[in-house]
Amino acid sequence: MPVNVLIVDDSKLARIVAGKALAALQPDWTKVEAGGGAQALDVVDQTPVDLALIDYNMNEMDGLELAGELRTRFPDMPIAIITANIQDEIVVRARAIGAAFVAKPVTSDGLEGFLSGAALRLRAARS
Amino acid sequence: MTGGVALGDLERDALTEIVNIGVSRAASNLRKMIGDHVILSVPSIDVVSQRRAARLITEREAADLIAVRQDFTGPFSGRALLIFPEANSLQLVRAVTQGELSPEEVIEIEHEALAETGNVILNSCLATMANLLKSSLAMTIPEVLRGSGAMLFEVDETSPSDGLVLFLYIDFAVRRLDIRGYIAMIMDLPALEMLRALLDDFIARVVGDDA
Repeated sequence: MPVNVLIVDDSKLARIVAGKALAALQPDWTKVEAGGGAQALDVVDQTPVDLALIDYNMNEMDGLELAGELRTRFPDMPIAIITANIQDEIVVRARAIGAAFVAKPVTSDGLEGFLSGAALRLRAARS
Repeated sequence: MTGGVALGDLERDALTEIVNIGVSRAASNLRKMIGDHVILSVPSIDVVSQRRAARLITEREAADLIAVRQDFTGPFSGRALLIFPEANSLQLVRAVTQGELSPEEVIEIEHEALAETGNVILNSCLATMANLLKSSLAMTIPEVLRGSGAMLFEVDETSPSDGLVLFLYIDFAVRRLDIRGYIAMIMDLPALEMLRALLDDFIARVVGDDA
C-alpha cells in the first residue's frame, strides 16, 4: 500500500530525526518535506499526501494552524502534531482538530502508535 | 536576599521540585537525542541582580559561550537559556545528528541544529513546569546567541537597569562526549509574585490539609 507522508518542520535536524523514525517503522512509505506552513500547503496542492507529521513551534504559521487548514481540506487525513511543548493546553487543542500528539524528540516508539493507527485508517478508507 | 521578594522555605522547595521534574524531562529528551546518559546537578535558585546572574555564569566560564534562548510569557514570564562553551558546539551537533551527516554537513547545519536542540530541551522543561503549576505559557521561537555571559544576560534597554531577577540554573554533563553546560532561567519580579501565588496553589494541591 503506497503511503506518502508529509513532514513539516522548520528545523532540518527535526525533519531528519522524524524521517529516520518513520523509515524504521514503515520502510516502504515515502516522505515529502516542508520547512513551513506555506510550503506545506503548496506541497499538498501538487502532491497527493496521505498523512502529515507537523511541528508545532514554527514561525509565520504554527503547527496547529496548519493542521486546522489541512483538516478543512482533508477531513480524514491522519495528522500528528509533534512538539516538545507538551503543555496540556496544546494537547487539548491538537485533539480538538482531530490530530494526534507526538512528543519531541521523535522516536520510533513515540511514533509507532500514531503510524499503526494511521495505517489501519488508510487501509479501511481504501478498501 | 531581598525580603519583599524572597520565597518561603516551602515555596522554594516546591519550585526546586518543579524545576527538577522539568529539567529531568528535558534531560531525558536530550538523552534520546544523543543516545547517552545526561548527568544533572541539583537546581540552584537565587534572587539576584541581572548583572550578578551574568557574573555567576562568567565566573565559571571564561571561554566564549553559545546559548539557545527562548522567552516565555504567561502568568509568569522570563527567559530560558541552554548555555554551553562554544568549544562544545560541534560536538553537540555531531551527537544529536548521530553520525547521519558528513563533517561539512555538521558545520552547515550547526546553527539550526543548536536551535532545535534548545527548542526540545527548553520547551519540555518549561511545558512540564507549566503543567505542574496548572498554567499555560507562550514560548518564542528559539534563538541562538554567541558571546560572553554578560551578553547572554543583557539587560533590556527599556527596563530599569539591573533589576532583580529570580535566577535558576542547573549544570548538565554528558561525560563520554565531553559535553557540558547549563540550563538557566531568569524571571522578573512581577513574574515572581505571580509564580509565588502559583507555587502556593501547587503546595495546597500536593500537601492538602496538612499544610
